[in-house]
Amino acid sequence: MKRIISVLVENKFGVLARVSELFSSRGFNIASLSVGETLDSRLSRITMVVDGDVSIFEEIKKQLNKLINVIKVQDFTNVEHVEREMLLIKVNLSRKTRAELIEIVDIFRAKIIDVGKNNMTVEITGKDNKIQAFIELVKPFGIVEIVRTGKIAIARKKGGE
Amino acid sequence: MKKDKAEKKKLSGAEILIKSLKGNGAKVIFGYPGGAVLDVFNHMHDSDLEFYLTRHEQGAVHAADGYARASGKCGVCIATSGPGATNLVTGIATAQMDSIPLIAITGQVATSLIGNEAFQEVDATGISRAITKHNYLVKDVNNLAQIIDEAFYIATTGRPGPVLIDIPKDVQQYKSSVIKSKGVNIPGYKPTLMGNLKQIKSAAELIEKAKRPVIYAGGGVITSDASDLLRKLAEKINTPVTTTLLGLGSFPETHELSLGMLGMHGTQYANYAIMESDVILAIGARFDDRVTGKISEFAPHAKIIHIDIDPASVGKNVRVDIPIVGDAKLILKELDRYLKAKKHTDWIKEINGWKEKFPLIYRKKKDFVSPQYVIECVHEITKGKAIIATEVGQNQMWVAQYYKFDKPRTLLSSGGLGTMGYGFPAAIGAKVARPDMPVFDIAGDGSIQMNIQEMATAVIKNIGVKIIILNNGFLGMVRQWQELFYNKRYAATCLRTGALNPEKDKKYKDCPEYTPDFVKLAEAYGAAGIRITKNEDVKNAIKKALEIDGPVIIDCIIDKEENVFPMVPAGASLRQMMGGMA
Ligand SMILES: Cc1ncc(C[n+]2csc(CCOP(=O)(O)OP(=O)(O)O)c2C)c(N)n1
Repeated sequence: MKRIISVLVENKFGVLARVSELFSSRGFNIASLSVGETLDSRLSRITMVVDGDVSIFEEIKKQLNKLINVIKVQDFTNVEHVEREMLLIKVNLSRKTRAELIEIVDIFRAKIIDVGKNNMTVEITGKDNKIQAFIELVKPFGIVEIVRTGKIAIARKKGGE
Repeated sequence: MKKDKAEKKKLSGAEILIKSLKGNGAKVIFGYPGGAVLDVFNHMHDSDLEFYLTRHEQGAVHAADGYARASGKCGVCIATSGPGATNLVTGIATAQMDSIPLIAITGQVATSLIGNEAFQEVDATGISRAITKHNYLVKDVNNLAQIIDEAFYIATTGRPGPVLIDIPKDVQQYKSSVIKSKGVNIPGYKPTLMGNLKQIKSAAELIEKAKRPVIYAGGGVITSDASDLLRKLAEKINTPVTTTLLGLGSFPETHELSLGMLGMHGTQYANYAIMESDVILAIGARFDDRVTGKISEFAPHAKIIHIDIDPASVGKNVRVDIPIVGDAKLILKELDRYLKAKKHTDWIKEINGWKEKFPLIYRKKKDFVSPQYVIECVHEITKGKAIIATEVGQNQMWVAQYYKFDKPRTLLSSGGLGTMGYGFPAAIGAKVARPDMPVFDIAGDGSIQMNIQEMATAVIKNIGVKIIILNNGFLGMVRQWQELFYNKRYAATCLRTGALNPEKDKKYKDCPEYTPDFVKLAEAYGAAGIRITKNEDVKNAIKKALEIDGPVIIDCIIDKEENVFPMVPAGASLRQMMGGMA
């Protein structure tokens, strides 16, 4: 089962390696990972989507808490939260397909951020299913490249507990 | 003018390091020099730090570890970059597994060269990440004082452990006016000390109701200096105590409530008591697989109370009914307030029955020295007032079984990692910490050769460690497993021949002389060597060794097929003990 976990850490070199190593040394695959500074620039937040055995996951959470540079670990598995991911997707374009593509972009409230001679780049933000649906719809036009940020999440209540 | 004065107040990184080490109470350093730590040595040269030059960096880190275990203080070792740093790895991992406070300082190539595959460059923080409690690469001399104070704080608090500080050569040379830390405040590191009161009360209630309670004590009791409290508590609730290997000494083994060590080579009565218990009070122990045997069959009737300072250790291996995270000493003090005195006459009687029926026994051999007897004699002659280091293997288990540890910090043994070669340098570190105590290293003939070079350290500095080699000509513990589980196929465990298949090797039949001759080896280093082949000579040899000022090797020739019993085969339930007599 895929889980989202968010780790508040000190904004120092080497911290990401410590965090990701706990997963990799236990055979966990990190499906996505995103890091960014928080309101307090001394702290960063690492959001990860990981996949693996529950009991090992619980163990990793404890080990994460033990890392000296880790301030807080938040597991979103059973916490009400909102999550988003952003995608940049470059799709083939021709005069014939142009109108239809723009229509799809509109329906999904996505955004065209760059248009070239025979392709365009769309930015779309949302939850898994929305993004997946969008990808399916534009697939027939020919997808040149996809880049995704990885999921980020925030608890609906303060602190997430 | 003013500027000059400010400039004068500045210190180099190397000076700040020495000053901060001393500020954190370090008096003794074990280490080995090299290009990337020359500046540090250059300043150490003028300091009043006591420095011990070992003959290998692994010796230095184990010595610092032994110093820490014997004294309760933080050990400090230093090595150069590259091979110096990699030579520390085994010792750092040893300390990590056994929660030993240790600072390892490594030199690093200059910051401008890092990542260039420079001469003697290794990524020391990368390599040591998984085997340290924390580590630092110091990139700015202005952070050095702060980092060193933090490192000591991290190493010695909570569940202690090793911290590595990697200091590039230019950082050692740069000057800084920041020569003191701002005090330690690490937002992500606040160990819980006082246990949850509600949990402590529930624990007291459970103990109150127990009919067949057992206390299972580990190294954490020693770390938190809670031995006296443990004894008082055990007496008050009339509850027998078994310990782990690292817990030996946390409760007097000569006490009538002592069950000795439990687990794979523990006593039968300790294992039976655990298996029949209804409440287990685990203190500073982590239910390691060598202790529990088959985990699904471990203590089937028992409710478990687990006191440990490391939240990640609680409930990791077994289901725990009442977890209490915090410092053992503080928690036991609190727990004691809620406990009433108890008597468990029937339970104790049952246990005493097992003690009588299944004692630790061995048969004294006629033509060989009996290793168990040697250990009993060391205890008898020193009246138990000695520090005993062990190597790894049968020697270690015989010590655990036959030496009666009454005091904390008197056993030094690599429990978690099982590092052969640990004992001798650790014994050196212990003797430096406790010159008033006789210090022994009880060794196997295999293990002792892993750090034998430290004979030079011991001889030159006159560190009077007495090495007792239980010489069976084999990697004994491995041979024992081959005997019991691999049809006596002694592949590569015979140290006399080194043969992969001794049966086929002609040499095995004529069994060549042992290499090296440990008596001559001792003499070559300028130490005394004694060889004994019969039990009659054991006591005299030990007494003689104690009379000699300086290191001594006693080479005891024991039967090659001597085994450690009782034994629970790996992965079997504690009930399935192979009794047997050695
Ligand atoms: C560094 C290291 N290498 C290998 C082992 C595996 N090992 C465990 S016990 C043992 C045999 C030890 O032989 P010896 O030191 O002669 O002690 P004995 O068991 O004979 O008392 C070995 C090889 C180990 N524990 N440590």
